Amino acid sequence: MSAISTADIHTINNLLEQHKTLPGALLPILHSIQDQLGYVPPEVVPMIASTLNQSSAEIHGVISFYHHFLTHKPGQNKISICLAESCQALGSTGLEKDIKQRLNIDYHQTTKDGKYTLEPVYCLGNCACSPAIRIGEKIYGEMDINKFDELLEALVTYKVELT
Amino acid sequence: MNSTCASIANRVFVSLDTSALSKGSEAVAERIQQYLIKQPDMDVTLVRNGTRGMVWLEPLVEFETAQGRIAYGPVKPEDVADIFQQQPFSGLNNHRLCLGLTDNLPWMKKQQRLTFARVGLIDPLDIEDYIRHDGFTGLKNALSQSPQAIVLQVKESGLRGRGGAAFPTGIKWQTVLDTPSEQKYIVCNADEGDSGTFADRMLMEGDPLVLIEGMLIAGLAVGATQGYIYLRSEYPQAHKILNMAINRAEAAGYLGDNICGSGKRFALEVRLGAGAYICGEETSLLESLEGKRGVVRAKPPLPAIEGLFGQPTVVNNVISLASVPIILSRGGEFYRDFGIGRSRGTIPMQLAGNISRPGLLELAFGVSLDELLEDLGGGCKTNRPMRSVQVGGPLGAYLAPEHWSTPIDYEEFAKINAVLGHGGVVVFDDTVDMAVQARFAMEFCVVESCGKCTPCRIGAVRGVEVIDKLTDVHADQGQRQQSLSLLNELCDTMELASLCAMGGMTPIPVRSALKYYPADFGLAPLLVDPRSTHQENTSK
Repeated sequence: MSAISTADIHTINNLLEQHKTLPGALLPILHSIQDQLGYVPPEVVPMIASTLNQSSAEIHGVISFYHHFLTHKPGQNKISICLAESCQALGSTGLEKDIKQRLNIDYHQTTKDGKYTLEPVYCLGNCACSPAIRIGEKIYGEMDINKFDELLEALVTYKVELT
Repeated sequence: MNSTCASIANRVFVSLDTSALSKGSEAVAERIQQYLIKQPDMDVTLVRNGTRGMVWLEPLVEFETAQGRIAYGPVKPEDVADIFQQQPFSGLNNHRLCLGLTDNLPWMKKQQRLTFARVGLIDPLDIEDYIRHDGFTGLKNALSQSPQAIVLQVKESGLRGRGGAAFPTGIKWQTVLDTPSEQKYIVCNADEGDSGTFADRMLMEGDPLVLIEGMLIAGLAVGATQGYIYLRSEYPQAHKILNMAINRAEAAGYLGDNICGSGKRFALEVRLGAGAYICGEETSLLESLEGKRGVVRAKPPLPAIEGLFGQPTVVNNVISLASVPIILSRGGEFYRDFGIGRSRGTIPMQLAGNISRPGLLELAFGVSLDELLEDLGGGCKTNRPMRSVQVGGPLGAYLAPEHWSTPIDYEEFAKINAVLGHGGVVVFDDTVDMAVQARFAMEFCVVESCGKCTPCRIGAVRGVEVIDKLTDVHADQGQRQQSLSLLNELCDTMELASLCAMGGMTPIPVRSALKYYPADFGLAPLLVDPRSTHQENTSK
């Protein structure tokens, strides 16, 4: 379903070429692919494996170990909710339920319109402004469902800037 | 330190720290820029600094005046024009957001800022500003000393690993120095995953050059020519700032093949983690840097002997490395004179969770939690009674009020079966259910265990199950007693048989919750096994 295009293959080959000689190249490679495509498509596993002279199983093992790497194409906006203790102390458990309800999805799912993907995260380091969430590269603090609604509103208006 | 340096333009400061940004500092900075464009006769420079650590006052705006910096906060974009109309550069005024001289605020006066001396004060990406504030003095001193002399200074300072394990930094460096090898590495552990902690982030965003300087000195001390900063992917702003700082340090000759014309070499690169808490454990971090699953290694061999790519490697936390420059510039003895007992120097304490005034304070060891929570923290944000604080991240103990007078000191905390960890303090009010928190500790271990050793991988899963049984409303006292002894045995197994601190310390929050808050588990106080917990506090 998520067959990658020839253009994507070209991009991936360039990224592999750029990073393959780094010591411990695999994480930088995976990051660069996810930064470009939004996820690490399963089709790239054999490409990485042959570049690094490792088995596909080894590459798959690394991808599946780390929470950050996604193996399915996410929505236009990745939303992460912090579930760690500091945010719990200020009501993140309730916020989590509200957000799931608002988007009508659970963690690791994407809304039907392809706009939002929801992920849990254990600490954004914004513990002095709990509860915290992250949308794309931006981190927001002192979040509640009303502020969340405002953020979604802004995302619809300024989609390009925030994705 | 005073920053009345020779600048022609008036300077106004707005923070670019993640927490400040999350509270809207960018919009305030933009409004100031717009305001200044309309006032071409005003000679004002907007500086984007780190945060002073008073996060509840962010967005904080500071104006440099003849008396010192004057703070306004929290500022909204619509306040900007109003503040500028009060002639903020000429001194104190009666504006409702004017807080007075930044240095005179109780939060700032309470502190001994050594490692964070420049954070919030300087432009983090301006090398000249860094140098004007004593930057690179430690490096200059180190360049004129032998590796052994540098290591001796660090040993003398009494500095212990600020990541949480509190291992003496100088001894670690000595081991790497004494291990002959063609290639050695300095690895900075910037995988700050503990909830309630943000000291590493605040330092990297507010004064990245001090970390670079600390790593350079470590390289000179042990003979390493390559450094890596392993940064968590949850810190995009720190990532951006570190990379810019490294580029500027290279351009200015502080990194590369000929550091300050000494002929010595040191290269530095930031590598991103990928959302695995366990990679804050040093051996797991090294595996990850090598491009593998972040699975913990058995020790020995110590990373100091066989670390990254099998070579001798110093693995130190951000704050440990960033504390080195002041040790080299002022001397080991200067640093050692702060603190109590075997806890020497200062520690950044981070107040988080349900607290009115959250933020970061750098203090000499010896202060009690009480002083921080009440006097400076101002009690719970929800205006309810404080019921528990978790110190030292998700693997730290939940402490009841009777322990809040404990001095901040590694050994004093060990005596009450607690840890200081990385200095994070998460506050909870009286609505917290401690059985839920204990369950979460086990659940977190389920999600984050690397899976290498059984006590951690399976123990955590069983831990969640047995806590569910224990707190099941339909269970009778006999069944509860049974679940409780099972939980205690499970905690023993995890503590004694796990390879690293993840499994080994997960019982700490669980047992402390049980001990101090038995009623939350539906238990009478006497039912709880009072046995003390063991601590294998070695690698986190």
